[in-house]
Amino acid sequence: MDSKHNEINIANCCIEVESCCVEYDNILALDNVSFSIPKGSFIGVLGPNGGGKSTLFNAIAGLENLTHGKIKINGKSPQKSLGKISYVPQKEMINWKFPLTVYDVVSQGKIRGGGFRNILGFSNDLILDSLKKVNMYAKKDEMIGNLSGGEKQRTFIARALAQESEILLLDEAFSGVDFGSQEDITDVLKLLTSESKTILMSTHDLNSLSDRYDKVLCLNGHICAFGSPKEVLTEDVLKELYGVHKDRLIDHRIGRHY
Amino acid sequence: MFYDLLVEPLTYNFFLQATFVCILIGIVCPLLGAFVINRELGFMGDAMAHSVLPGMIIAYSIGVNAFLGAIPNAIAIALLIGFLVRRFKISTDTSIGIIFSFLFSIGLIIMSVIGGTRFNLEEILIGQVLSVSNLDLIITSILSVAVITITLIFYRPLVYVGFDYYGATVSGIPSQKLDYLLLVLLSIVIVISLQVVGIILVVGLLITPAATASLIVKRFKSVIILGIIIGIASSIIGLYFSYHLDLPSGPTICVVSTMIFSLALLKSVILKIK
Repeated sequence: MDSKHNEINIANCCIEVESCCVEYDNILALDNVSFSIPKGSFIGVLGPNGGGKSTLFNAIAGLENLTHGKIKINGKSPQKSLGKISYVPQKEMINWKFPLTVYDVVSQGKIRGGGFRNILGFSNDLILDSLKKVNMYAKKDEMIGNLSGGEKQRTFIARALAQESEILLLDEAFSGVDFGSQEDITDVLKLLTSESKTILMSTHDLNSLSDRYDKVLCLNGHICAFGSPKEVLTEDVLKELYGVHKDRLIDHRIGRHY
Repeated sequence: MFYDLLVEPLTYNFFLQATFVCILIGIVCPLLGAFVINRELGFMGDAMAHSVLPGMIIAYSIGVNAFLGAIPNAIAIALLIGFLVRRFKISTDTSIGIIFSFLFSIGLIIMSVIGGTRFNLEEILIGQVLSVSNLDLIITSILSVAVITITLIFYRPLVYVGFDYYGATVSGIPSQKLDYLLLVLLSIVIVISLQVVGIILVVGLLITPAATASLIVKRFKSVIILGIIIGIASSIIGLYFSYHLDLPSGPTICVVSTMIFSLALLKSVILKIK
């Protein structure tokens, strides 16, 4: 995008990931991952299934403990940053049978805990504005389970707006979403980064929309490449990314990555 | 005719008390039942009901109110199942199945050791709302008001967690604690419903009115409200039938609520065909 994103200065960093490792059942899901992301950028996290994208997102969101390394969100640990991040899990993690309307889902962004405000309801200006921004206002009374994949994602983006969080993590937001809707979602997300929201979106598929990220992080256990789409999306990187990753061995020693 | 059928029973104190308990149960069961059907906790509810048998038997045998045994018993089970599922990654169904059959057996063994004739097993298994005491009525009222208040206060976060557990957690909501809270509320509702429908039929009262409502209306909030109306109606209609026809109250209430469900099902099938 503009030149400001090319010079990462520490004060401007929104997410800092340093030598991050996550291990489960003797498999290293994240292997010495380090990168930093400035505020207001739109980052695509690209990699094969099982490449550690969800693990990385869970770690940034504070849902996953690190085996090694650290993550800072505006200088604080993820666990201390709960509420500052909006997280949209993969669609398999959502209970779509729960009978809620689009409006109900977006208003979840305003919940902070228990209390009598829950009975009385919230002021709905922000909720309605958020719905309008993602172009879901007309469908606010429809049941969330009946929507198309793209509409569901836009509803979750609106919920993040109602939450007024600075960071938005979208895990596999394009799965089951047709190309036209992917474009619409990308437009909305670009608009949000211009309002200095920081957005990370993972996807296992590569298409012409990949050019619209400010930066692309190629992840297959370790970072294969991190940079602007032009620099990163080369044949060599993609071969490494979608080829077999042989280094994630059982005897991998934590803290020794060379 | 009208007087004989509807008003005459109300002149008896025991029937009045039973009606009052039925109204309370008719409110709290669908309130929690809506969560139960949308989070697939039906088996959990059934198991909790069976698991409180030891607590009830012990309370009976030392001569205190059955609630005093059943409530702590049910809460302990709810927390234990929640803990096992999280800690050991045993599937929910499996851990529930193991615990509930074990505790129900323990209850039956204690009962036989202490002397079976002191207990009315049928009353424990299928309920007898027409014999609730004053004390039962007071305890039921207090617990119902507590359940309703707590559910309303935590209504939105409970819904959020049921719909999107991880999204809720990241937005700063204590999802795990709320899941435990839901289980504790559920266990209290089950225990107070035991006097009406007994251990075996509790799950029917919990699920059927809410399931009926979800055939008719869509939105979660509406399912709860309509579920409560259906819950109250079926328990009171069932109570009258059982009084006039001299039938056991618990099963009669369950049959009535299932008949209302069947009507709603029939209507939704007809609407689909059209």
